[in-house]
Amino acid sequence: MNKLLRSMAFVAALTTGGSLAVSAVAADGYEKDPVAGVRHVPRPIHHEPQGEKCVAPTSEMRRNHMEKILHQRDQTMHQGIRTAQYSLKNCVDCHADPKTGSVLGKEGFCESCHRYAAVQIDCFSCHSAQRDAKAETAPARALTAAPRNHGTDSAKGNKP
Amino acid sequence: MSLDRRQFIAIGGAAVAGMTLAPGLRLMELAEARSPEESVTTLQRWGLLIDTTKCATGCTSCVDACHTENGVQSHNRPATDPQWIRKVTLKDKQTGYVQNLPLMCQHCEHPPCVDVCPTGASFKRADGIVLVDRHICIGCRYCMMACPYKARSFVHEDTTGQKPHAPRGKGCVESCTLCVHKIDKGENTTACAEACRKEGHNAIIFGDLKDPKSEISKRLAAQASQQLRPDLKLNNGVRYQGL
Repeated sequence: MNKLLRSMAFVAALTTGGSLAVSAVAADGYEKDPVAGVRHVPRPIHHEPQGEKCVAPTSEMRRNHMEKILHQRDQTMHQGIRTAQYSLKNCVDCHADPKTGSVLGKEGFCESCHRYAAVQIDCFSCHSAQRDAKAETAPARALTAAPRNHGTDSAKGNKP
Repeated sequence: MSLDRRQFIAIGGAAVAGMTLAPGLRLMELAEARSPEESVTTLQRWGLLIDTTKCATGCTSCVDACHTENGVQSHNRPATDPQWIRKVTLKDKQTGYVQNLPLMCQHCEHPPCVDVCPTGASFKRADGIVLVDRHICIGCRYCMMACPYKARSFVHEDTTGQKPHAPRGKGCVESCTLCVHKIDKGENTTACAEACRKEGHNAIIFGDLKDPKSEISKRLAAQASQQLRPDLKLNNGVRYQGL
């Protein structure tokens, strides 16, 4: 019994040591949540989009934007249907960083969030990540951090 | 009521005119530009008519315009640089007569590139435009081997400066799209035809081969034209005159 307890304590000590080491190594790049008091991957920072409102509610777009783009992609390619809703070009025109005109880069709308979620984007190896020159006349808004509710889904459910 | 001969002919003529007008109106409806949410149909077939007698020696405005429009950039490596359109010089060795012509995807009705594609990336749109779906293309280059016109290119290097309307990237095959983005916008012209018109040569005419009222159809009906390699029976959408 005593032996068992001792081995359990050893395992616990190892685990604690391990986790401490991990948090110590990763501490620089992590962000402390003032409410929960836990460390997070820094939330993505991006610019406010230029348009009035998005083509679908944010919660819907956050989860299903890839499916909507995929559907539109096949329609555009094979049937020549080029409606603005769910077109990748339309996404880029609204969401591009006013400074760089791009959705890529550290503060780019697509890249910052995809980096946070650790999901690779293949779109922009072929597609232009730059806003169409004609769309650049729209008034740009100031740089803001992502809204606080941006991370609530992940905070509640699948913690990063 | 009795009709004399002259009245009878007048009424009969008006009736015939009315009958022919009705189908004419219907054709006008069909020829109207479709809205962005409508899919392309077989009611149109887009094509080009190239008059080689008007194509000027040394002029590359169609090539330049195409590559500017579609963001095709050269790396100064002619052997591997993609080309969507190129100028070809033909010389009759016996007489020394030299001709120029632009050569691009011929947008065949029965495209060999579509036949050989293992993934379905090479396809023909309902309106006759032959395209590569780069989302599906695996870069095997069978289509390049199958094309009798050497119209397709493989993208060997990373691409930069793509146009928003013309995505293109390394590892895929590409060719002339007949400026499909312009057609879908209802502009009904191509960069090459526009450039040739601006140069004052008017050697390239773009239009709907199925619309009898289009300039291209009228020209094709009135004058002799030919397809390249007619023996292959591909029924090209690009026709040539003066060869």
